[in-house]
Amino acid sequence: MQTVSQIIPAADKPRRVARVFGHTPFLAWLLGAAAAVLLEHLLGETFAGLVGLSKVPVLFGLMILMSKPLLFPGALLYVAVIYLLPLLCVAGLLTRPANLVAAALLRFGPAFAVIVHLALFYGVLHFWADISGYRELTVKFTLIAVLLTLSLNLINGYMGEFSCSHPGFMALGAYGASTFTLTLFVNNPLFGKALLPGFLGPWLFPLGLVFGGLLASLGALLIAIPSFKTRGDYLAIISLAFLFIVKSLLENLPFLGGPRGMGGQPDYAGLPVVFAWTAMGVWIMNNYVRSTLGKSLNAIRDDEAAAEAMSVDTRHTKMTAFMFAAFWAGVAGGLFAHVMRFINPATFGVQRLAEMLAMVYFGGLNSVYGSIVGAVSLNLLGEALRPLELFKWIFIPLLLILVMIFRPTGLLAFREFDAVRLVRPLDRDSQGGAP
Amino acid sequence: MSLLRVEQLTHYFGGLRAVHNFSLTIEAGRMHGLIGPNGAGKTTIFNLITGVHAPTAGRVVFAGEEITGLQPHRIAARGLGRTFQDLKLWRHMTVLEHVKMARYATIGYGLIGAFFGTPRRRREEAEIEENACRLLEMLGIEHLAEQVVTNLPYGVQRRVEMARALALDPRLLLLDEPTVGMTPEELNQMMELIRRINGELGLAILLIEHRMKMVMELCRHISVVVFGDLIAEGAPAAIQNDRRVIEAYLGKDTVAT
Ligand SMILES: Nc1ncnc2c1ncn2[C@@H]1O[C@H](COP(=O)(O)OP(=O)(O)O)[C@@H](O)[C@H]1O
Ligand SMILES: [Mg+2]
Repeated sequence: MQTVSQIIPAADKPRRVARVFGHTPFLAWLLGAAAAVLLEHLLGETFAGLVGLSKVPVLFGLMILMSKPLLFPGALLYVAVIYLLPLLCVAGLLTRPANLVAAALLRFGPAFAVIVHLALFYGVLHFWADISGYRELTVKFTLIAVLLTLSLNLINGYMGEFSCSHPGFMALGAYGASTFTLTLFVNNPLFGKALLPGFLGPWLFPLGLVFGGLLASLGALLIAIPSFKTRGDYLAIISLAFLFIVKSLLENLPFLGGPRGMGGQPDYAGLPVVFAWTAMGVWIMNNYVRSTLGKSLNAIRDDEAAAEAMSVDTRHTKMTAFMFAAFWAGVAGGLFAHVMRFINPATFGVQRLAEMLAMVYFGGLNSVYGSIVGAVSLNLLGEALRPLELFKWIFIPLLLILVMIFRPTGLLAFREFDAVRLVRPLDRDSQGGAP
Repeated sequence: MSLLRVEQLTHYFGGLRAVHNFSLTIEAGRMHGLIGPNGAGKTTIFNLITGVHAPTAGRVVFAGEEITGLQPHRIAARGLGRTFQDLKLWRHMTVLEHVKMARYATIGYGLIGAFFGTPRRRREEAEIEENACRLLEMLGIEHLAEQVVTNLPYGVQRRVEMARALALDPRLLLLDEPTVGMTPEELNQMMELIRRINGELGLAILLIEHRMKMVMELCRHISVVVFGDLIAEGAPAAIQNDRRVIEAYLGKDTVAT
């Protein structure tokens, strides 16, 4: 216990906390999280019993917050002892060695360092999700939500237009990818006998996702041509119309299942697959918005006339960005369909749009961090409010209104996301010897 | 061959005739002044040259090629840089990002480079950044490179706009009242800067300026517009003594001082 008191000083000494954790690199936090997850695997069940819970709290006790509020203090205690304590202890204790390791990793090149961190992060996530199927499902949906939020952020945040068609793109991707896998690999009442042997399925699944994404891009092109022809705010209206058209089309096409939807998608979207696609999507989108080519979205948002005068082809940029964003919404839709293994048109309606907008505007405009925070927090909030399903649709719009009033650009707006900066060591030696 | 030739430009905003039969010729490396009272149509002439509006009638020829009616970004990419009377900066972007953005048309790495961060992109971005830093240094604002423009004083913002226009690597620079609202000190620095751009870089400049004295000092050729009409053109001395100019533009001012 002596070490603990050294690492976690009394709460009235925030300076010392900053001094202790100010040099704690991301790697140490990851190792701390790994320790917490390990502890949960070893002692979670037992400890949950001790604090009066019937089982390990699946999502930090958020799910019982509404249904069994009396058990919530127990869940809080669980979070403190099983998660926070090992996290802080290990992160603090390993600060020094982790800095050394982080520096060593960087010597093999920034890409290598980032990949090692990402793999470790995935490992932690995987073993945390391993505890319950419900947890794993929530993690998958949250990862998909990150893709959706960031891609919508490209348009509504980075480019400063207002698009409402994202659930429509998601639907195109979901139906596109489902049609692909159901036709090729599954004996299915809608599309008949499988055309290819089933073992190829998981390997060709990426093609299905890309197919869905391209279908969404094509839909985006249909919106982009009239919307970006002239300056003005046509996009909001046209994209909203598109959302309704896609939904009613799907409801009225019997060969796609009509209003009853499409089920039986093969189980190709495991956690590693969803995680890999999300990581890749975030990486590519972040690459784009950090290039001078992608920064032209910001120039268009802040002053379109000046962007044109500085040689930016504004119309071309807007159209590519819109189709690019739609592609990722489509990929997210394809993943979603194969996680749910059932889709119907009602899934892709205005409610979904409200949810996505809330994630974008709550998390923060023009920001990868913001998109991650928005997607994670609203998904957790959604789970917490699940017992009060109806209230969710009062809470989320209410939250949106509050954010608009008190922090119009969201929690973490206008932050640049630099993975290499994130994984760098934080001790004084590695910061150029500055005192 | 002249660098810019504007022939018989006329422009109507609905029923309002903003510019009427305006002609202008600028030789490479020259500095030309465009003066006239408020609302005379000077900014509109800039917008016609840079493609913001398509003229009702008339032609614009730049470096031997007709550019009338081209989209503004194409005209900019051909080497026609401009600043705006009302400072059109990108309020969430840093000084450095402003200057880099003007290299948009020269980017060759394309979407593939942008998405996947190819070596080619890294090389080109490094070049763009180096070029931008050099310009910032030249304008004396390199220490502000990482600042978001909104937080900067007005005089510096003007410089950022100038740096951004220069990053286009233009052959002709259009400056729309670059000293409006400046303190006398800022004004002197700006005049010095304009002289240097013209002298050291050999850039041709078309300068809209409200302050008669400044134009007279800087430019050897001046055009005067009033209510959209070109009423006089020539050397400062001739302009100063032109009866119509004194009547229409200088009017009471000259009498008073
Ligand atoms: N976009 C526009 N639409 C309608 N009228 C305009 C527009 N731009 C300028 N004008 C009008 O054209 C005339 C010339 O304006 P402008 O070129 O801005 O004058 P200056 O720059 O010489 O002060 C003014 O009467 C102005 O009101
Ligand atoms: Mg003007």
